[in-house]
Amino acid sequence: MAARELTGHRIRDRRVALGRKQGELAAQVGISPSYLNLIEHNRRRIGGKLLVDIARALGVEPSILSEGTEATLLAQLLTAATERMELDPEVVEIEAFAARYPGWAALLADQTSRIATLERQVEALTDRLAHDPVLSGAMHEVLSTVTAIRSTAAILADPQEMEQAWRDRFQRNLYEDSVRLAESSQALVTYLDRDQGPVSGMNTPLEALEAFLRERQYHVAALEAGQEGVAAREEIEAILDMSSLPNDAARETVRAYLKRYAEDAAQMPLAQFAEAVVEHAYNPARLAEKFSCDLAAVMRRMVSLPAEDDSTRIGIAVCDGTGALTLRRPIDGFPLPRFSGAHEDWPLYQALARPMMPLRQVVQQGQGSASRRFLTYAICLPASPLSFDAPPVHEASMLILPPALVPEIANEPSPLVLSGAKTLT
Amino acid sequence: MGKHVLLIEDEPNIVEAIRFILSRDGWRVDTHADGKTAVEAVRNVSPDVVVLDVMLPNRSGFDILQELRNDPATEALPVLMLTARGQTKDREAAERIGASRFMTKPFSNAEVLESMRELAGV
Repeated sequence: MAARELTGHRIRDRRVALGRKQGELAAQVGISPSYLNLIEHNRRRIGGKLLVDIARALGVEPSILSEGTEATLLAQLLTAATERMELDPEVVEIEAFAARYPGWAALLADQTSRIATLERQVEALTDRLAHDPVLSGAMHEVLSTVTAIRSTAAILADPQEMEQAWRDRFQRNLYEDSVRLAESSQALVTYLDRDQGPVSGMNTPLEALEAFLRERQYHVAALEAGQEGVAAREEIEAILDMSSLPNDAARETVRAYLKRYAEDAAQMPLAQFAEAVVEHAYNPARLAEKFSCDLAAVMRRMVSLPAEDDSTRIGIAVCDGTGALTLRRPIDGFPLPRFSGAHEDWPLYQALARPMMPLRQVVQQGQGSASRRFLTYAICLPASPLSFDAPPVHEASMLILPPALVPEIANEPSPLVLSGAKTLT
Repeated sequence: MGKHVLLIEDEPNIVEAIRFILSRDGWRVDTHADGKTAVEAVRNVSPDVVVLDVMLPNRSGFDILQELRNDPATEALPVLMLTARGQTKDREAAERIGASRFMTKPFSNAEVLESMRELAGV
C-alpha cells in the first residue's frame, strides 16, 4: 500500500491537484500553515469538524479523505497484531504507527496478507490429503509402514536381552516393511507425477464436484427426465464423458453425486416439486411427507431447483461423521468456507451430534443494520441403508433458505447469531 | 497381573511391535484387526485401555469411538487413538467424540508406553 493512501497525503494530493497553496488552505479553515503541514505529513491526527472543513474547502466528501484504504490498512495491522498478541504489539499505537511509518505499515500489512495466502495453500494441500482417496490411501500406506519400521527398529536397537526367535522375527518384519515402503513410495511418486496441478485448482474430487455443480447452478437438466436404472446410468456416463474432470477420483465422486441426483429427480419430478415447494412454504418436512422421501433427499432436491436470481438461491452444507464438509453451496450472505471458518454453532454440527433429530433454526449473520437472517433446516441421517451387520455411518445436511424466500423470519425472536469467532479448522 | 489393553489395529507388523513392547512392560495384550466387530471385542474382553486405529477395515475408528462413548459401560474407558492422518480436523474430531489421547503415526515406542502408563494410571 502506498503512503499516498493515508488521510494526510490525500489532503495534500487533493490540494496540489487544485493548485492551492498550503497557507491559503490553512487560512481558509482557520489553522496555521505549520499545523496543516503536520497533518499533510500524517504527524497529526485529523477528524471531526476540521476534517469536514478541509474536505469542504477541497470540494470533496470527508469520507473520501478519511476512509477506504486507510481503514483497510489499520484493519490489516490490527489483524496482524491480534494473531501474535504474545509478542505484545503496541495495539494502541496502531494509528500513530501507520501515520508515522506508512511504508513500513504497508509492508507489514502486505506480509500478513501473504502469510495468510500461504497458510491457505498449505491448508489446501492438507485438505487434499483428506479428500483425495487415492492420495490419502497412498499416504496412509507409507506412514503405516514407516511406523512399523520405526517401532521394530527401536526394539532391535534396544540393548535389552531378547530371545533369538523374536530377534529373527523382527528382522524379517523389518525387511518386509522396507520392501513394502519402497513399493508404496514409488506408487506415491508415480501418482503425484501424473496428477500435478495448481494447489488451488481442481485437485481434490470435492473441488472438482463443486466446480462441476457451480457450472450448472446445481441443476443437471439432462437428469430431469426421470431416468432410472440403465437409462440413468447411461445418461450419467454421457454427462461425465462431456465433462472436463481432472482424474478418475473426481469422476467417481461426480458419478456418485449424479446417481443420487437421478434417484432424487425420479422420486421428486421437477415440475411437481417446484410447485409443491412454493405451496408448502419451503418446508422440507412437509415436502418429505408429500413425496415419501427422507429429509436429506428433499434438501438436495431443493438446492437443484433453478433460481430466479442470486437472492432466491438456496444453499446447502453436508458433512460426514467427522464434521468434514463433503458438499457445500454457499449463498450470498452465508459463506461456507471449507478450508477454515466452519462455525461450530452451525445447525449442521448441532444435528451431527443428535442423529435423527430435525432442527429448524433462524440464523443471523452479522450484527446491527448490516445483519441478515436465514432460515436453516438440519438433519443427521444414516448415509447408507441400515444393516444388522454393520453400525450406521452418519451424514448431516443443512439447508439454507435466503430471506427473499422466507421473509416471515424477519421478526422471529431469538435467532442464532453467528459472529466471526468459534470456528472449526 | 498387569493392566489389560486391547489393541485394535490392522497393520500386523505394527501390532507385533506394540504387542512386544507392551508385553515387556507387563501389560496383558489382546489384539483385534476388524472395525466392524471392534465394539463387540471391547465388550468381550473388558480392557483397562483401548488403543484404536482410525483407519480400519469395514469401519472407521471415529465411529467405533462414538459407539463406545454412547454406551454407559464404556463411556469412560481410556482410548488412545492412532492415525496416519495428522490433520487438525482429525484431531478435533477425535477430541469432540471423546478420545483420551491422540497419537500421529509414525510415533515412537517410548511415546506409546508413556501414554499407556498415564491412561492406566500406573
